[in-house]
Amino acid sequence: MQNEKHHIVPYSTYIIILAALVLFTFLSIEVTGIELGGLTVAAALIFASLKSYLVLTYFMHLKFDKPYIRIMVGFVILVFLAVIIITFIDYFFR
Amino acid sequence: MSQAIHHDEHYDAEGSKIGMWLFIFTELLLFGGLFVIYSVYRFMNQDAFHLAAEELNTTVGSINTIILLVSSMTIAMSTSALQKGQKGTTIVLLEITLMLGLIFLVNKYFEWGVKFEHGIFPGSQHMLDTLSQGEILFFGLYFVMTGLHALHIIAGMALIGVTLAKVSKGTVHPERSALLENAGLYWHLVDLIWIFLFPLFYLIH
Repeated sequence: MQNEKHHIVPYSTYIIILAALVLFTFLSIEVTGIELGGLTVAAALIFASLKSYLVLTYFMHLKFDKPYIRIMVGFVILVFLAVIIITFIDYFFR
Repeated sequence: MSQAIHHDEHYDAEGSKIGMWLFIFTELLLFGGLFVIYSVYRFMNQDAFHLAAEELNTTVGSINTIILLVSSMTIAMSTSALQKGQKGTTIVLLEITLMLGLIFLVNKYFEWGVKFEHGIFPGSQHMLDTLSQGEILFFGLYFVMTGLHALHIIAGMALIGVTLAKVSKGTVHPERSALLENAGLYWHLVDLIWIFLFPLFYLIH
């Protein structure tokens, strides 16, 4: 029926993605173990963002789906970032 | 095939997927709101959050992170297995995912148990007497956010359980795999939330 739309992801892709996710996890544990002050938070969030990009793209199939779902996800992330930025503009300048 | 009757039922894989994604967006914004609260309180109580986070066990948190990442992979693989027509492999992979979810919850149970023993739990007099307001805020957020996340793990396990039953009954099969794919999406969402909870609570000291 809709078989042409179904992209079967090979197991090896998932294993590679898991390896990358575990690697990023250990890297983030190592990096946050070093005292970097404010940079620690930034480093932890950068690794978390990289990991969530991999989960969204490969595990959640965004790479293989029609682009409009990706656009919707991007929009939601932008809405969230806007809320964070506006909140902190408020707190920094009050 | 006694299943032939099902072909008359309405089935729209793409519609199901959009519905699941819309639901996931509401979940993301629910946790997003909590993350905003966390970051504002962290900004206002930096030293207290620093101190309170020392209390959390990074090892347990790391183990649970790895468990969730592996379980995300197994459920993603189960979709591939179903599409390849390997029903047995699909079932085994879903069972592994359920097992890993259960192990995550058991770890969480012991982790919370240790906190309770130390007098750290919501409404504890010990906390009011000995901890600063910022530390109390940290632990309040810790219990609410990891607790809400644990509830999502339980919901995800229930969904995977239903999917597992339907895969073995044959009502979820390669031509009707939307339920399995949506259960997978939900489980990945739970993983995604943990990817942010873990560094924010366990790693940043």
